[in-house]
Amino acid sequence: MCRIGAIKSKEAVPPKLALELMLPQQEGHDNSGFAMTMQDIEGVFTHYKDKPLLSMACTVKGVQLVNEYMELHGFVQIAQWVPDVVKDASLDIQAMPRYVFRNYEYPEIYRYRSQKEREDLLLDTRLALRSLLEEEDNGYVYSFWPDVLTIKEIGDPSDIATYFHLWDDSSLLLAKNIVVQCRQNTNYDIVRYAAHPFFLQGYTLCANGENTFFTKNKEFQASLHRGYMGFESDSQTFLYSLHYVLHEQKWPILYYKHIITPLPFDEIQRRKDSSVLMLLRESLANLEINGPNAIIGMLPDGTMINCCDAKKLRPVVVGRTDSMAVIASEVCGLNSILPHRDTSFDIYPGERELITIDNDLEITRWKQ
Amino acid sequence: METVTIHDITVNDLDWTIAYQPELCTLCGSCVAACTFNAIEVTAQARTTTFSETAFPKPQKKRQTRPVIRQKASLTDRCVGCGMCEKICPNHAIHPVFNPHSRKNFISSRQGPPRQGGRSNLNRQRTLDSIVIGRISQMTDPALDSERHTFDLCAPLGRVLAPSDLPLSVEGDSLRLVASVPPVRWIYPLLFSDMSIGALSTRAWEAIALAVSYLNEECHLPVRMSSGEGGMPLKLLTSDKLQYMIIQIASGHFGWNRIVRALPFMRTDPAGILIKIGQGAKPGDGGLLPSNKVGPHIQAIRGVPKTTLHSPANHQGLYSIEESVQKMHLSLNAAFGFRVPVAIKCAASATSVAVYNNLLRDPYHICGGFFLDGIQGGTGAAHTVSLDHTGHPIVSKIRDCYQAAVRQGLQGQIPLWAGGGIGMTGQAAADAFKMICLGANGVFIGKLLLQLLGCVGDEYGRCNQCNTGRCPTGICTQDYRLMQRLDIDTAAENIVRYVLTFDAELKKLLAPVGNSSLPVGRSDALLSWDADIAAKLGIQYAC
Repeated sequence: MCRIGAIKSKEAVPPKLALELMLPQQEGHDNSGFAMTMQDIEGVFTHYKDKPLLSMACTVKGVQLVNEYMELHGFVQIAQWVPDVVKDASLDIQAMPRYVFRNYEYPEIYRYRSQKEREDLLLDTRLALRSLLEEEDNGYVYSFWPDVLTIKEIGDPSDIATYFHLWDDSSLLLAKNIVVQCRQNTNYDIVRYAAHPFFLQGYTLCANGENTFFTKNKEFQASLHRGYMGFESDSQTFLYSLHYVLHEQKWPILYYKHIITPLPFDEIQRRKDSSVLMLLRESLANLEINGPNAIIGMLPDGTMINCCDAKKLRPVVVGRTDSMAVIASEVCGLNSILPHRDTSFDIYPGERELITIDNDLEITRWKQ
Repeated sequence: METVTIHDITVNDLDWTIAYQPELCTLCGSCVAACTFNAIEVTAQARTTTFSETAFPKPQKKRQTRPVIRQKASLTDRCVGCGMCEKICPNHAIHPVFNPHSRKNFISSRQGPPRQGGRSNLNRQRTLDSIVIGRISQMTDPALDSERHTFDLCAPLGRVLAPSDLPLSVEGDSLRLVASVPPVRWIYPLLFSDMSIGALSTRAWEAIALAVSYLNEECHLPVRMSSGEGGMPLKLLTSDKLQYMIIQIASGHFGWNRIVRALPFMRTDPAGILIKIGQGAKPGDGGLLPSNKVGPHIQAIRGVPKTTLHSPANHQGLYSIEESVQKMHLSLNAAFGFRVPVAIKCAASATSVAVYNNLLRDPYHICGGFFLDGIQGGTGAAHTVSLDHTGHPIVSKIRDCYQAAVRQGLQGQIPLWAGGGIGMTGQAAADAFKMICLGANGVFIGKLLLQLLGCVGDEYGRCNQCNTGRCPTGICTQDYRLMQRLDIDTAAENIVRYVLTFDAELKKLLAPVGNSSLPVGRSDALLSWDADIAAKLGIQYAC
């Protein structure tokens, strides 16, 4: 099982803080990998926040393939950050030959296109690059979106952090929002794509626990949207459901909870909005989750969300100070980075709650 | 050598022979009186005995004539193995024995095509028994406790809309319904299948209806029952209990005059309407109620004279699926103000996927359920040749339909209900769970209900005389004397207890896979010992 965490801060913070959040929870994961998605980034990317940022790990040939593709499709590279890596054989990391973090300018013909068209372009480009690299196992594309950076690697999280200089407070890499987890070993194959957080069109999601309705979710989602693919991890379906509810249907956030963990029929019948809730339960029965899960999500506007399965079989806790809100599977993680917070304000979300944390760190507890 | 008339029928030519022990028999005559098939008779047997009453043998001869019980060597009055003689005999002096050397099939056609009731006696294969629930929650996720956790076991009946078609608008933080949607009922995933008053005795039908009421009102399980073709008593049509009933319309439209006339007086809507196109036991055949079962009360309910009632093979005027949708579905929906789901029942067939595809793509969104009945389903009366040699197994057919829907992203929009052999072994919960994992929303049972009522028929040739009107258990007859054999309260109680056990067992299967709601389409929970079955159904093979 994974331990998952997220930091939302008024001031941009380094990835080191995310590591300090996760490593105390080591008893609950197996230090088999490290994955992190940062949003609202500062440091080297400060001046390119509106330009799509490609996060990728690949071979040398993979870089060439991507270069050719991007050039052919009118993307112009405007910035690049090449991490200064520590090539020490004693480090436990299965490093890829190249790590690419690049900002691009949209193709010229997209200058006056709508936001939706741009979003579709970024998704289609990521999927095309992924497919291109997959053909001969030349690498992985994790995200391609403005102001979003993703790092994933197999190995010991501490060593991975050393490899990328993430322990340094060099302020090259800072973000106000970080979603993180320290495990690569999934129930299925060890594939970099299988490590959370997962990303799709501005939506990021981390989840733990077995998804016992994975087959149902997957079979349904596969025909809902072209971006719902891969399925290397059974938790990807949580992200796709979130994207479907918010991005495709444009329904209010609480309905995400209603759809993945619907209320029992007899409870629905007693409610004033029973007609709506019954319709959702009927129509989206295949998006229900029915296992033990905790979920952390990050929305395009930076809002963080958190909820659990309907039986609350997985732990999760939310704590905050005036300048930072943190979500973690275990409270020891919070104690590590927010030791002086008022613990009486810690929130242990119930099985029928959905937590949102907005950019002012205002926490809303939505009751299902 | 003596001449033998080999074409004469002897007892050993029949399916069942009577084992009779005269030394135990008290000659009370109960067995003869109880046998509804007139298969045994009291007769006299002459015996010559040689004996000696002295130490040194002095043989004497005595000739006695004694009354005995004897089986008739007759096709029309043959023993069917029902065992009523054994049930009633106070001294265990008599019982039927299956005769593996029977020549019945070779001689019975002398009377025309043989008919029978019950299930196919030829197709006893059990695909479901080579499937086990093998994905058990161990360390990946916690198994649930079937007695402590709450479970949410309901299945839809009604047309479920695609999420993109939901008429919802956002108002602030809420969604609001802005147009009407097709009715969907969430009911218990075990549905009592369509057996008419006529096929069943009024007492048997009443016992099932009583069990349904009890299950709903006392046990809070929303079990629904289909009326079968042939209408319902007016009193029931105009009572609150109608909410538990799914009214069937089949090709003979029997009983619908009364139903239509009762519409203005209905106090509640029925649970659904089921259009019967065919049934698994005898696909391509219409319903059949032999005249000997058309008693005066059946004539009254159906509005017919005493004659054999043979429903047409087809609904008159329906030549295509589109017509079915536009004529029958639409008119029945309209009749009940679009408040009642209208579903369709077909015999499983090589064409089922095509039918399901057409219903799924129907632009009116008006079909509220696809009931598929497999070859192992039962019937009140059929030609034996149809029962044994026509039809389609249900397991792979349900899976085919579900997978066809998955390929189009339409799964769940028209609920799939599976029947035909569910609970053949007595363990309907396991069958239901497996069918649900393969894609069914729920299952329906018919023959199993009769067996719970007390029916002794089985798929090994025992009894199955539902078509004769001489049902020895009073279940499939309209003979008042026979009906009295069925104790309504006990029969209803048997069904209630079985469904409560079913509910407990279903939870016992849900708990180890970690689910509290029905795992429809969760094929990863299943595996099969049989590689061919695993490959066909798209589940794991294990050995």
